[in-house]
Amino acid sequence: MILDLDKFIAKEQPVWDELERIVEEKEEGKEKTAMPLERANRFLYLYQRASSDLVRLKTFAGEADTAFYLENLIARAYRQLHMRRKRENTFRPLSWFLVSLPCTFRRHGKAFALSTALFLFGALLGALVLGLDYDQKRNLIPEQFDHLYGDPSERVAKEEAAQFDNFDSRQTFSTYLMTHNTKVAIFTAASGFLWGILTMILLFYNGIIIGVVCFDYLQAGEGVFLTAWLLPHGSFELPAIFMGGQAGLMIGRAVIGWGSDLRMTERFRLIRNDLLTILGGAAVLLIWAGLVESFLSQYHKPDFYPWKIALGLFQLVLLFAFLGYGGKRTPSRAKERKEMLPALSSPSSQGHH
Amino acid sequence: MHYKLGSRNSLTISTPDGVSFRQIIATPYARGMAALIDLLVILACNIGISIALSFVSVLGRFFADVATSLVILGFFITSVGYGIMLEWVMGGQTLGKKTFRLRVIDQRGMTLTLPQVIIRNLLRPIDLLPIYYLFGALFCFFSKNCQRLGDFAAGTVVIREARPKAPDLATLGVSGDNSFTRHPHIEARLRQQTTPEEAQLALDAIVRRDTLPPERRLALFHEMANHFRSLASFPDEVQESLSDEQYVRNVVQTLYRKSKA
Repeated sequence: MILDLDKFIAKEQPVWDELERIVEEKEEGKEKTAMPLERANRFLYLYQRASSDLVRLKTFAGEADTAFYLENLIARAYRQLHMRRKRENTFRPLSWFLVSLPCTFRRHGKAFALSTALFLFGALLGALVLGLDYDQKRNLIPEQFDHLYGDPSERVAKEEAAQFDNFDSRQTFSTYLMTHNTKVAIFTAASGFLWGILTMILLFYNGIIIGVVCFDYLQAGEGVFLTAWLLPHGSFELPAIFMGGQAGLMIGRAVIGWGSDLRMTERFRLIRNDLLTILGGAAVLLIWAGLVESFLSQYHKPDFYPWKIALGLFQLVLLFAFLGYGGKRTPSRAKERKEMLPALSSPSSQGHH
Repeated sequence: MHYKLGSRNSLTISTPDGVSFRQIIATPYARGMAALIDLLVILACNIGISIALSFVSVLGRFFADVATSLVILGFFITSVGYGIMLEWVMGGQTLGKKTFRLRVIDQRGMTLTLPQVIIRNLLRPIDLLPIYYLFGALFCFFSKNCQRLGDFAAGTVVIREARPKAPDLATLGVSGDNSFTRHPHIEARLRQQTTPEEAQLALDAIVRRDTLPPERRLALFHEMANHFRSLASFPDEVQESLSDEQYVRNVVQTLYRKSKA
């Protein structure tokens, strides 16, 4: 029992001051190297002693200000003691891209499939509506794409006759596409917070627009132009947007909590790194898609169409081969790991002596 | 005015060592003001980038194209990367948060990890809907720890970093003669029986006495004095010579008195 608060504070104040000095040094990043063991032990001791002081103060005394001061000091010390940054510095971009990305993608493959299905369903519906009532074209295509309002054949003739200029704001256009599409992918993911509903609507709506455009060009007999125009960049761009949708649906599922007894915070903790990996992967795809769309897709020379289509198909196959099979362990590596697992989980290896 | 949001305005963190400490949760107002400062900083950065690259444009058509694309890229990086970079480098703070003494922390009291920082910033667009954090503010107001949606996904909370100082008893008129000091054992019991919240309440009552109408003030101090009398009973000669308000002042002085050393 603390009978004399004044004496207690006077006795413990040097401990708190020393702890505060160490915490401040760590907060300001003055310590560039790892803390020496002796100093780390001292830090831990001071933290534990201050914690014990707080417990005593809260239990036996009503001194609000000192308790508040100690709470703050201990909170800051606790943050510094549980610094988790060092472990993260081992990020390896190549391994992340070649192994983590495809593995994570496959782990949430159902969300990607649903995302793609929603988009395709929208596309089919858009095509169907245009097929039934062509006058709806202007209502279905937003004003920002007003260059698609006209007759497809007229546009094709105009585009094929135009001179392609490599310096005609191509870099600006490609940068715009990269940043804009990345924002779209991020927004599609973020909108998953509304139980995934807004993500679904966005995918479906974008599907309608693409469906209408595709149907319009196919009906006008411009299928080759359309494929050569959209496939080179679309083979990366659309899967990237679907990955944004995949992330959005993962968020939606975490919000709803289907089939999970965990709290929402825990559900989000489990998918946090996966979300980042998928969005990071989408951003990488969109950078390439932006470059291709700006420098290649807009080049409309008929004798070049087969090359463009071939490139688009090659990219598409490559992408899905990478996402479908990339990062898988070789049979010998998997066997080796399997053999190691029982050894790791045996009681003798867990230190129960 | 005591701000009350969600179900509480502080976050209690219990560590595996058996220690519990509170962190004061930042109010939506403070967070909004900090975000406004950050927005101004981002705008200033964008203007700076535009001006700097406008000089490149005069070098020719190709360079003008490069400059425009760099401006677009710069805007994107500042708008998306500002929060990520600063919160990572400055340990959960941006310039706006630093101004208002706010800090983002892990909701379990630990430092932020990089994925947490990125996620809470990447998912900001949904909080910004439909205008300037309206959606985020609404969610913040109704959530338990005043978390916007990005905070939920990242498992973070924004706290107000208070650097508490001891109250200046001299300015509160409680530093004069205190008849309680003649009974140190009863003072000790009073300290033992009083919770930090009760002590804070008594101090608040004295600080705000002038804002209360006379009859309310009398009633409040009467109630508080009776409460403290029930916690530790001083001899009658001490009690009878003191008004209710003076009794509470003596209680505050007893509770907050520091060592002369």
